[in-house]
Amino acid sequence: MILGKVIGNVISTIKAKGYESKKILIIQPIDPAGNPKGKSFLAVDAVQAGVGDTVLIIEEGNSARAVINEPEAFTVKSVIAGIVDEIDCQ
Amino acid sequence: MKLGRVTGRVVSTVKVESFEGLKLLLVQPLDEKLETVGDPIVAVDTIGAGEGELIYYETSKEASRVIETHMNPCDAAIMGIVDDIFIEDKK
Repeated sequence: MILGKVIGNVISTIKAKGYESKKILIIQPIDPAGNPKGKSFLAVDAVQAGVGDTVLIIEEGNSARAVINEPEAFTVKSVIAGIVDEIDCQ
Repeated sequence: MKLGRVTGRVVSTVKVESFEGLKLLLVQPLDEKLETVGDPIVAVDTIGAGEGELIYYETSKEASRVIETHMNPCDAAIMGIVDDIFIEDKK
């Protein structure tokens, strides 16, 4: 799992199977201190996250399908699995 | 998933059986500002994307599941066509 910040969203009408009625957000990966690190990517939202939220992202298919509770959504791999309230790090 | 722009088509006559009838597109990966990131890839298209369109694609095993065929050999597939993107203003 990785940490990221939601920086935007994607509006899309024509989608592949498994993505119907899913919200797609743009994620900027961050380090534990909250600084941007690496390239942005997209993920399906499962926790009603919004722009500005720090989130936990899973990029693994079986786990993603478990998170969205749709075992038949075989094409889904990246999913937002949690909204982070706080990160304690030294 | 990543954003990308369809920059061309790949025509292939001799290909594996499960690819028959499928469209292969050349996709240039982009970042959130729609600036080029890295090298173009070839992705399978099942949703009818066209040249010049902004799309998002997924890689690895999940990409192969856009086609029903079991054990389909494919590592990138277009998952959707982008109508619009909204980015938070950086202050």
